[in-house]
Amino acid sequence: MIVRLFLIGLIFGITLTMGEVISWFRIQEMFRFDSFHMYGVIGGAVFGGVLFNLAARRFNWVALQGKPLDIYNYEFGWKRYLLGGTVFGMGWALTGACPGPLFISIGAGFYPILLAIMGALLGTFLYGMAQRHLPH
Amino acid sequence: MTLHSFDPWPWFVTGPVISIVMVTLLLIGKRFGLSSNLRTLCSVAGAGKFAEYFRFDWRSQTWNLVFVAGTIAGGAIAKGLMLKPEGVALNPETANALKAMGIEDAGTAYAPSLLFGADAWNHPLSLLLLVVGGVLVGFGTRWANGCTSGHAISGLSSLQWPSLIAVVGFFTGGLFVSSFILPTLLPLL
Repeated sequence: MIVRLFLIGLIFGITLTMGEVISWFRIQEMFRFDSFHMYGVIGGAVFGGVLFNLAARRFNWVALQGKPLDIYNYEFGWKRYLLGGTVFGMGWALTGACPGPLFISIGAGFYPILLAIMGALLGTFLYGMAQRHLPH
Repeated sequence: MTLHSFDPWPWFVTGPVISIVMVTLLLIGKRFGLSSNLRTLCSVAGAGKFAEYFRFDWRSQTWNLVFVAGTIAGGAIAKGLMLKPEGVALNPETANALKAMGIEDAGTAYAPSLLFGADAWNHPLSLLLLVVGGVLVGFGTRWANGCTSGHAISGLSSLQWPSLIAVVGFFTGGLFVSSFILPTLLPLL
């Protein structure tokens, strides 16, 4: 299982790098609505995902060993999604990296990203400390 | 096979391969979500001593850290061996706007050297931008309980309203920063 997970990660890392998803420039272009590229990447991934989910429901597909597919059901609500999402969006535009690219960038040799990773761990810790006082 | 001989992949290759990654994870009984690793890493480092949020069975999540290790290796292979050295072919409008803000290598590099190259270490403000941006990424993704992989891709694929709300948030925050913060901040780097 470990080898398999590593290989799927490897493919993901290669794909986001070859597709320029880890490029700060592509993220700026996306937020300026100057290119279809990132919308095509995310939209294409969602389109494939929707087809899979519909087929999986229709034909009762299961995971290995007959276990149910682990499709996460988000709790109903909006505050945490809108507010947390907005905070993340600000960080995404600044660093040009969401959590996947944050790590992939180390491999690609963009070493100053290590500071953003330390920041992300600090931000996660701060969220953990503040959780009970935030709207969810 | 010659080194650095591959063109970047277009969206219609990249997008579907991301779907395949998500589907493969589901079929082996896992799920596609990168930001939960930030919580796992904090728990591994002992953050459970300080907050309830980090007191969970993090050993059940170490599979996702193996996935992350793979992604780092993938980045090294793609950038170090495969990709042509030419930069990202940006829309000239973006490139010119960024150049006007002092990002000289827009349109010719893969990532701005002022933020991600050796230059960055000589620019304290670049380093601060990375740290602060990172804090927002960590805090925001954990508050929203997901990032691009969990909400925008897995969540929208399974037609969940909370994920659509989260994606609206991603763009609200991103547009705010790219329209109002970066035009002031980037020229100072």
